[in-house]
Amino acid sequence: MARAVTTQTKVGNTVVAWIIALLIFFPILYTIITSLKTEQEAIAGFSLIPSFTFESYQAVQSQNDYFKPFMNSVILAVGSTILALIVAIPAAWAMAFNPTKRTKDILMWMLSTKMMPAVAVLVPIYLIFLNTGLMDTRFGLTILLMLINLPIVVWMLYTYFREIPGEILEAARMDGATLWGEIWYVLTPMAVPGIASTLLLNIILAWNESFWTIQLTTTNAAPLTAFIASFSSPQGLFWAKLSAASTLAIAPILIMGWFSQKQLVRGLTFGAVK
Amino acid sequence: MGKIQLRDVNKSFGATNVIPKVNLDIENGEFVVFVGPSGCGKSTLLRLIAGLEDTTSGTISIDGRDVTGEAPAKRKLAMVFQSYALYPHMTVAKNIAFPLKMAGEDQAAIDKKVSEAARVLNLTNYLERRPGQLSGGQRQRVAIGRAIVRQPSAFLFDEPLSNLDAALRGTMRLEISELHHQLGTTMIYVTHDQVEAMTMADKIVVLNAGNIEQVGSPMELYRSPRNIFVAGFIGSPKMNLVEGPPAEKHGAKTVGFRPEHIAISTTEGEYQGKVGVAEHLGSDTFVHVHTDALGTMNVRADGEIPVHHGDTVWLTPDPAKIHRFGKDGLAL
Repeated sequence: MARAVTTQTKVGNTVVAWIIALLIFFPILYTIITSLKTEQEAIAGFSLIPSFTFESYQAVQSQNDYFKPFMNSVILAVGSTILALIVAIPAAWAMAFNPTKRTKDILMWMLSTKMMPAVAVLVPIYLIFLNTGLMDTRFGLTILLMLINLPIVVWMLYTYFREIPGEILEAARMDGATLWGEIWYVLTPMAVPGIASTLLLNIILAWNESFWTIQLTTTNAAPLTAFIASFSSPQGLFWAKLSAASTLAIAPILIMGWFSQKQLVRGLTFGAVK
Repeated sequence: MGKIQLRDVNKSFGATNVIPKVNLDIENGEFVVFVGPSGCGKSTLLRLIAGLEDTTSGTISIDGRDVTGEAPAKRKLAMVFQSYALYPHMTVAKNIAFPLKMAGEDQAAIDKKVSEAARVLNLTNYLERRPGQLSGGQRQRVAIGRAIVRQPSAFLFDEPLSNLDAALRGTMRLEISELHHQLGTTMIYVTHDQVEAMTMADKIVVLNAGNIEQVGSPMELYRSPRNIFVAGFIGSPKMNLVEGPPAEKHGAKTVGFRPEHIAISTTEGEYQGKVGVAEHLGSDTFVHVHTDALGTMNVRADGEIPVHHGDTVWLTPDPAKIHRFGKDGLAL
């Protein structure tokens, strides 16, 4: 239903939207501001105007190598996402196009694993990693991150696939397409936007995962999350350096997120709005 | 060739028996329409023939070959879906070419067949467009184009016109009938619209709750409906069905008078009544008359008939065209 929106309402909505956006963004903004302060300024109290010094960045770089954890983050995030897609695409296809009586239950069960606090399974997973030699390996963490995010990936793809009309697949079958032809020529091209937004979101989730990456790594497989954590101890807290490390850690994903925001919004709201 | 036989075909979804047991012969080149109210199993029956659903029991054969267990692609049938089911990411040309590409034909042959189909269906100027840029009627023609390039042994249409507006539906109805004459291929057409069934079919199959109620030519079904269900379903407007003393007078449990077989007069006749609503269509007038003896009757009268709400009129059914039905609902 069309409704006339007055200028007043428009201005009001815009102001409220900006306030909410700034509130959400503020922690990140303040991290960036703090990273541009000296350590003295950083602990001095609340201030939005830094002295624009890059000494913290230099210190962070000289103390710790940024490149290795960065590469680890890339490998873990991209690797676990690709693995998750390989497992989740067939699973979501099966559930979306050939649902059984138990499909809904299986989906709920998958999601329920995300409701459990990670720390509840820390001991068994720690022991498994310790006993199988996976501790502080990129391979072990990639598998673990894949498993952690798998329920969300399956859910997102399932929601997306459900929007593809089954009649189109049936038409392909009538037109003589084999199962492979049906997937390659019809399903995949139609599902590309959904797969892309799932991929982007999962990379972000894996990039930011900090509980397991910090618990199960020391140096070899440590990604950027562990890199940040290394600045909170043991020499005491250094706010400016910690902020610089955080900014360096989130910068790549922030830039990626900025360029793919259209895809992300579509992926996250798919099925909710038509 | 396109002779299709169904023998004792049964389909159940879990405990629900959708198609109890169907036997049907469709001759080569026939235009057969499956008609019935929604949920009567007509689409399921079509999907069983297509191979998109598996039969629970019974056999389906095409040109004498048992295809019951075969995949849809192997049955050499083409289907046009209600939603058109075009591939949205492909151009019109690629949509039409898709079945040929799947069949592994060479590009030159594909191009020739696609341009020929496009010419027949008036799509030549739209070949490079995507389905999203076409109107409903054009999309439906693309779907038909995709079906005809394969030269299938039969075409299956699943309510292909129900998404179109009334005017376009009339045009497309003619186009499909014309296509049937041109190609001479067997066509099976599913619809809930009895006008489509009457105007297009060589043979109508009336379905109700998964059972075949009657099979026959449109005029056979119109003239001699086998039971009350067919009598009420075929013909527009619907046949007036009356029980009680007027039926007993004709030795039946129920009698049926078609609206066009009742004479209406402002001076004399068999049953007196008052005019309720008179629907003036120009060529005809449908007059709803409330009578004491028969209840409300729908009568088809001349377009110029000067009757209005509340007028007293007399109705006289044509005695030669009264349909009589027994206790079991079957025609007497």
